[in-house]
Amino acid sequence: MSGVLSIIVVEADRDRALQIVDSLRLAGDFDIQVIAEPTSLARQIQARQPDVVLIDIENPSRDILEELALASGPMDRPVAMFVDRTEEGLSTAAIEAGISAYVVDGMKPDRLKPVLDAAIARFRMFQRMRTELAETKKALEERKVIDRAKGMIMKARGVGEDEAYALLRRTAMDQNKRMADVAQALVTAAGLLS
Amino acid sequence: MRGVSIPVGFMPLVDAAPLIVAQEMGFAAEEGLTLALRKAPSWSSLRDMLSFGQVDAAHMLSPVPVATALGLGGAGMPLSVLSVLSVNGNVIGVSAPLADALRAMGHDFAFGDAEAAGQALIGAAASRLRIGVPFPFSMHAELLYYWLTALGLPAPQNVDIRTVPPPLMADAIRAGEIDAFCVGEPWGSIAVDQGHGALLLPGKAIWSFAPEKVLAVRSDWAGAEAGLSGRLIRAVWRASRWLARPESRALTAELLARSDYLNIPAEVIDRALTGMLTISPGGVLRSVPDFVEFHKGAAGFPWRSQGSWIAMQLASRTGLDRSRAKAAGAEVFRSDLYRAALKETEADLPGASAKLEGANAQAQEVASQSGTLILPRDRFFDGRFFDPAEDF
Repeated sequence: MSGVLSIIVVEADRDRALQIVDSLRLAGDFDIQVIAEPTSLARQIQARQPDVVLIDIENPSRDILEELALASGPMDRPVAMFVDRTEEGLSTAAIEAGISAYVVDGMKPDRLKPVLDAAIARFRMFQRMRTELAETKKALEERKVIDRAKGMIMKARGVGEDEAYALLRRTAMDQNKRMADVAQALVTAAGLLS
Repeated sequence: MRGVSIPVGFMPLVDAAPLIVAQEMGFAAEEGLTLALRKAPSWSSLRDMLSFGQVDAAHMLSPVPVATALGLGGAGMPLSVLSVLSVNGNVIGVSAPLADALRAMGHDFAFGDAEAAGQALIGAAASRLRIGVPFPFSMHAELLYYWLTALGLPAPQNVDIRTVPPPLMADAIRAGEIDAFCVGEPWGSIAVDQGHGALLLPGKAIWSFAPEKVLAVRSDWAGAEAGLSGRLIRAVWRASRWLARPESRALTAELLARSDYLNIPAEVIDRALTGMLTISPGGVLRSVPDFVEFHKGAAGFPWRSQGSWIAMQLASRTGLDRSRAKAAGAEVFRSDLYRAALKETEADLPGASAKLEGANAQAQEVASQSGTLILPRDRFFDGRFFDPAEDF
């Protein structure tokens, strides 16, 4: 196990894969390959014989890699999920960042650390982006439904925009509910009655 | 009352019901608990979430804690089984071309005779069978090995058992990567509904009382949090009792269907709960009484002998010392903690903590605290049984 460390990144999203590869390249000189296709993942990995496999923890195909941990034939390379007992925390950090690493048994932690550090940093960023995206989407949807409810109140009661908004807000406060929920209830009810 | 919050991981499957019901129907709250349920993307992720403390308890494949105790697979923290969450509930299915071949050979898809179905499957296979299972350490894999080997097709040596995550099972069979599968509901029904395969056999036709999913915790957590683990056992036991009432079924299907849980139409979930399965894209129905069991016949009791049986299967396949494995497997299934937690409740518990596995040809009355406990039929299809007291 000397020479350049070979790494396989399992990632279907091309942009994410490129970003991971870029961060790994900054961390050192590695031989990096990307597998995008989950089909016959185990066989693809066995054929390429990497030292390290990195995979998103959210990827359901991860279970396929567990088979590699069981490979015992003379031609198979033993692979284990990376559980570092020496440096408590590195694998916990990896799991919290949303990444799993499979490594060839017996690899020294100091060879692996730069790889994992770079991957962890990148995956943390992905996780932040995922949360931000979800939050933004939710906020946008809520604004849309509030606008719709506002329009319905304006039409039904013949009031202006500000007054309709104020009414919506007051109702939400009185009922101890979020404005988006009150608006959604109104839109749903109107849909049922029309 | 909110009480103590326990993070609990689960996989989106029908047999996660006891945990979901414990939280949603207030059985956790009765014990002063809130189960913060977290859906996991894969079994290996869930096992790691449990090992590394992201969750304190998990819905788990019954062989995983045993495999961990034997040092097999991704080595992690020692795990303990607090209770059995479900008995049976798997289906074996075949691809559309293989189903056609079976029909052409005259197989009747009677859906109950494991021997006839197995012989037909072995006979219909044009080449080496490729069978998908959700995880290398699973009752699915154990049932397949047991079934095929008993019928003269040594498994895993003479078949390809491949890991396919349940949500991808239908895709794998459509793409022709596998010829057959063994998977938990609702994923077998989904493969049928998508027109890619037909169901051949319920798992219980191979072993009629197979411990399928368990409630697993880290062993050190069970030791340090004896109070909490007791409350968790009671909450789940009451949830399973509620699940056993026929009138709970419709609501259970609706609860599980929610997007936070399975995110699958309630109608598909209902098939497993009623045991009324649609076995072919043409709509043929088969009824399997007690297809999945959460409560009846002390289903939740973590028998030491169940842990031993699993350990023995794993050991004989991997060449580990069998008698040491038998003892290690028994230690994982914590009937002592289960007993202690349910002592003051109405639960009727068996007098013994180990039993002959697979030796009940019909339901049988056994000694219990109140003397009335009936253990259901527990039979391997080939009539063999496992005696945990025997030396190996």
